[in-house]
Amino acid sequence: MHYSWHWQVLLEPEPGGTGTYLHYLIVGLGWTLATAAAAWVIALVIGAFVGTVRTTTARWAVRLGNFYVEIFRNIPLIVQMFLWFFVVPEFLPEELGNWIKQMPPPWGSYLPAVMCLGIFTSVRVAEQVRAGIGSLPRGQRMAGTALGLTQAQTYRYVILPQAFRIILPPLTSETMNIIKNSSVALTIGLLELTGRARAMQEFSFRVFEAFTAATVIYLLTNLVVVLVMRVVENRVRVPGLIAAGGAPQAGH
Amino acid sequence: MGFDFDVIERSLPYLFRDGMTFTVTLTLLAMTGGIIFGTLLAMMRLSALKPVSLLAGGYVNLMRSIPLVLVIFWFFFLVPYIGAWLLRESQPVKVGAWLSAVITFTMFEAAYYCEIMRAGIQSIPRGQVWSGYALGLNYWQTMAQIVLPQAFRNMLPVLLTQTIILFQDTSLVYVISATDFLGAAAKIANRDYRLVEMYSFVAVVYFIISYALSLLVKRLQDRIAIIQ
Repeated sequence: MHYSWHWQVLLEPEPGGTGTYLHYLIVGLGWTLATAAAAWVIALVIGAFVGTVRTTTARWAVRLGNFYVEIFRNIPLIVQMFLWFFVVPEFLPEELGNWIKQMPPPWGSYLPAVMCLGIFTSVRVAEQVRAGIGSLPRGQRMAGTALGLTQAQTYRYVILPQAFRIILPPLTSETMNIIKNSSVALTIGLLELTGRARAMQEFSFRVFEAFTAATVIYLLTNLVVVLVMRVVENRVRVPGLIAAGGAPQAGH
Repeated sequence: MGFDFDVIERSLPYLFRDGMTFTVTLTLLAMTGGIIFGTLLAMMRLSALKPVSLLAGGYVNLMRSIPLVLVIFWFFFLVPYIGAWLLRESQPVKVGAWLSAVITFTMFEAAYYCEIMRAGIQSIPRGQVWSGYALGLNYWQTMAQIVLPQAFRNMLPVLLTQTIILFQDTSLVYVISATDFLGAAAKIANRDYRLVEMYSFVAVVYFIISYALSLLVKRLQDRIAIIQ
């Protein structure tokens, strides 16, 4: 069995008339990154908040946080995509729902995809934040109390600055996860990198060239993320404070 | 807009007999295959032979670096060519969505199970391996009778948590139009134009199963923690 490669296809024009296939894929990468970046902001804000709340002494807040985490952790990502895309607009006030449904492409897919990925990832961030706070010695919190700080002040000045540094390595892998997971948005019609590789395969019949190109682009993107996060880790490192290696975790 | 929840009741046999059976069978097959292949990969990664560990490491890192959806597409188109190569046919062989899905998830999840088993193997004190060799056991005997049973036991909760993730991830076979639980629901949803009802129902079912399984894993974890 033999497959004849035809790499020049990347430089041939795509049928939409926007340029070469390579350009078409790079624009796809742009959408992948735009989706991942916006979702990452949502995930960090909500995740940091929910994760922190779950370590406080307010029991109702802990329960609420646990409930939030369990809901969004136990529904598959693609099903959550469909919920945000097909179901949520029906339950919004009619005008708002219609406005979302009538948004021109790709915004009609982009907005639900960002919400979905953001909330989905916020749960994973919340787990990391909680674990990071939990890994700090209990004396840190007691010292805060002994100094006369309130609970909020203890978190602000003692706990969180350390916890965030500890969880930087797992957050790096979450950054790569959110980029990878954004590919699920193709199921609601967002033409990001994987979606465009699939479309290119359909237009040009060059299956393996399209998927190889997408794979290489993803690998390069991961490399950039790792390098950037390494710079961030070095920037914020406190001399003498060594982040502990994490236990093995299930993931995807 | 009126909601029609009767559509769920009418399609229950199809959803569960066809859809959920597909999902559960795929999960169990991919789990079994993935753990076996993943354990082999872990042993390769920890091998003293550089080419072997590099090969396994390269495979695992590649799988973990690209999106599952892309991996599903890759195998969907690649498996017919591999089949033709294995069977010495001149044309790509026809492979259905089912076989393609089983191969994809086995190969993909193996990379994740590998990392878990690697941590498990490394958690066993080196002295146990040395005592195995001192007793005259060879590598395979030491692995099979001393290291792997303990590694597997230590890692059981993480392996099961990974399996819950696998159970959820199988819903992505939607992209190759397979009729898993989500695929079956999507077909009804589009045929009867009942997307809201069907997708809400799918979410509830997935939630109940995954949450129940995660509670079981948690109980198991507590029991193992006490024994140690």
